[in-house]
Amino acid sequence: MSSPEDLTGPRQPLYQARKSVYPKAVDGFFRRLKWVIMAVTLAIYYITPWIRWDRGAYAPNQAVLVDLANRRFYMFQIEIWPHEFYYVVGLLVMAGIGLFLVTSAVGRAWCGYSCPQTVWTDLFQHVERFIDGDRNAQKRLETAPWGAEKIAKRFSKWAIWLFIAFWTGGAWIIYFADAPTLVRDFWSGNAAPVAYATVGILTATTFVFGGFMREQVCIYMCPWPRIQTAMMDEKSLLVTYKDWRGEQRGSLKAAQANPSAFGDCIDCYQCVAVCPTGIDIREGPQIGCITCALCIDACDKVMAQIGKPRGLIDYCTLDDTEIEKKGGTGTPVLKTLFRPRTIIYLAIWTSIGLAMLFTLGQRTRLDLAVQHDRNPVYVQLSDGSIRNNYTLKIRNMQARPRIVDIYIEGLPGAVVWTADGDRAFARQNVNFTVDPDAVHKVRLFIAAPEDGPARTEFTISARARTGDERGDSDTLIFERPEED
Amino acid sequence: MAENKRIDAPTGTQTVGHEWDGIEELDTPMPRWWVFTFWACILWGLGYIVLFPAIPMLNGATPGLWNWSSRGQLEQELKAETARRAPITNALAAIPVEQLAGNEKLYQAAIEGGRAAFKVHCVQCHGSGAAGSKGYPNLNDDDWLWGGDLPAIHYTLTNGIRQPDHEATRFSQMPAFGGVLANGEIDAVAAYVQTLSGKAKPSALSASGAALFANNCASCHGTDGKGLREFGAPNLTDGIWLYGGDVASIKTTITKARYGVMPRWDNRLDPVTIKMLAAYVHSLGGGEANAAPVPAAVPDPEKVAANVQP
Repeated sequence: MSSPEDLTGPRQPLYQARKSVYPKAVDGFFRRLKWVIMAVTLAIYYITPWIRWDRGAYAPNQAVLVDLANRRFYMFQIEIWPHEFYYVVGLLVMAGIGLFLVTSAVGRAWCGYSCPQTVWTDLFQHVERFIDGDRNAQKRLETAPWGAEKIAKRFSKWAIWLFIAFWTGGAWIIYFADAPTLVRDFWSGNAAPVAYATVGILTATTFVFGGFMREQVCIYMCPWPRIQTAMMDEKSLLVTYKDWRGEQRGSLKAAQANPSAFGDCIDCYQCVAVCPTGIDIREGPQIGCITCALCIDACDKVMAQIGKPRGLIDYCTLDDTEIEKKGGTGTPVLKTLFRPRTIIYLAIWTSIGLAMLFTLGQRTRLDLAVQHDRNPVYVQLSDGSIRNNYTLKIRNMQARPRIVDIYIEGLPGAVVWTADGDRAFARQNVNFTVDPDAVHKVRLFIAAPEDGPARTEFTISARARTGDERGDSDTLIFERPEED
Repeated sequence: MAENKRIDAPTGTQTVGHEWDGIEELDTPMPRWWVFTFWACILWGLGYIVLFPAIPMLNGATPGLWNWSSRGQLEQELKAETARRAPITNALAAIPVEQLAGNEKLYQAAIEGGRAAFKVHCVQCHGSGAAGSKGYPNLNDDDWLWGGDLPAIHYTLTNGIRQPDHEATRFSQMPAFGGVLANGEIDAVAAYVQTLSGKAKPSALSASGAALFANNCASCHGTDGKGLREFGAPNLTDGIWLYGGDVASIKTTITKARYGVMPRWDNRLDPVTIKMLAAYVHSLGGGEANAAPVPAAVPDPEKVAANVQP
């Protein structure tokens, strides 16, 4: 590519075939870090739904459970009701700010280490190497004609992929129901159709995305690489080829013959060979780089072999790039990581987390919501007194049945009875046994003498006989007919 | 423009060929699989056009091979819903109205069904909250002209009130006393009636009305003025006045009489809907217990309940 004029060739096609990527196995610090992260994230994903957590007789004993049918979310000792969805929103906000924090500090570390697409692709590539062999063997097999060996290798590889993919889909659904029961139902054909459909879809997407789409997902389908450019700055760590040190690149032999004319890069293409997205990092930062740092491992190994210092390809900020080009030394990593921007993100992230923990510790597990009947707002009774109707929702958010007393306060002469009860048994307060972890909806009739203001403010309060000493109350209006 | 196409050196990609203020656009080729999904979408669209209503014609769209329509789907869903409710409606049809309140599940189902039917057939007079208005009774209160237990409400709904040409209808007629009593006498009766409910203190006028009341009114309203449900004669001692409890309204009522009517529903609604309406009205807050206890269990409410959809 010498000059643009020379390059105006025939029209290029509107689409291009995918260039196959055969990443080479590599070992080194970042590869080992990726192993650890892969093991931890996969273990969390596959094992979490099987952890049991005793919540007594009236609640499920699964540690993490998203119970969509009953609209409950359980996470260890925390139980979230639908009206407490702001905790989930808080978690999502924390996840968002966590991504800001990570991206501003270490660039696309999420992409390179812990994104499910990366983790599963990595896993699938290990399976591929186990069956087909390393990079060169894979290339040979790809071009080889279909014979017994190729068929056997292809089918065993796909079978293992499919098995992993199925396991992935299967692990997903058991987050939404009691794991042992669902697994039994699943295999006996008694699970809900949506369970089979979900497993089917997730098996297919895992198989296709992990086995075949791979880097295409990152480059063409994922919005995150596009968004992250807005979050990185010149102080974010990037996987950088230090061209000021590497160029002029040339073969080892040429460099040895004329050391002053060549840089450290011996053009061995190891960085390209190990890259899971098939790019050449020496072209500079680009959308295809997920910063998995495997090229750093590969290059460090080569540098060690030819007796040069490590880090020709290394994590480096844009600021440091400028400094090092001029011959200075870069900023220490800790100083790069802890700067005002990341500290502010960390502070926001931590304070949201602490605020959520605080409110979780403070919340009552008894809740009262009262609605005044609007049509009619009052009813004149034959003895002259006035009746107003209220619908109460008493939420008992503890996993045990509780007796809840309902008191009327601030309404002189008021009596209360339930809509399906009898006024003969009306009294000053009523009580209900509320099922564990349930909402008790009841319509109450409250009658008070006719004489009084047109609108009287009063409170209905609920107190459980066990636990939640504070109880809950609601301020309401009792309406009477206007004087003619 | 095409001749301005060139290969962009840093990316190695051809440009589209146009340029504004030095800004050019790269013509990055799509990945091939993306093109395949594009073709797949077109195939999907073709299939959709063949199978579903798609092309607008003069009298509606082409029906499509599957003959699907939203109206047809609604009909199917309604049919399925009717089938789903069949156990409840069958049980409601079978159970005598006297026993309905004793069967909690069925009673609740009937109330919910009645709530919906009420919005269609009853709100025109009784209002959407069943609170009525002048001349149209409030169904939320505990005052009933013709009886407030389930069988009585059911009877009123079935046969109506003062329906001509219907033997079983609720019937009575208050005479208009306009020509019968002198004006002063009507004043006296009105004053007396006001004392019955405590709206006014006894006076000389009301005392003179007491005798007139005993002679003219007590036969229907009772000597104590507490009314008689047999004739739909209202209780005059309570706080509820269908046509107004002030002196002027009472005098109008005495002078001209009142003749409220309600349609009979047995020739318009099916028996199950009438039962559901009765249950709903009964549940509004003034429903009374059955006048006479009924021997339980024909058919066995438990068995009927077992038929009910959860």
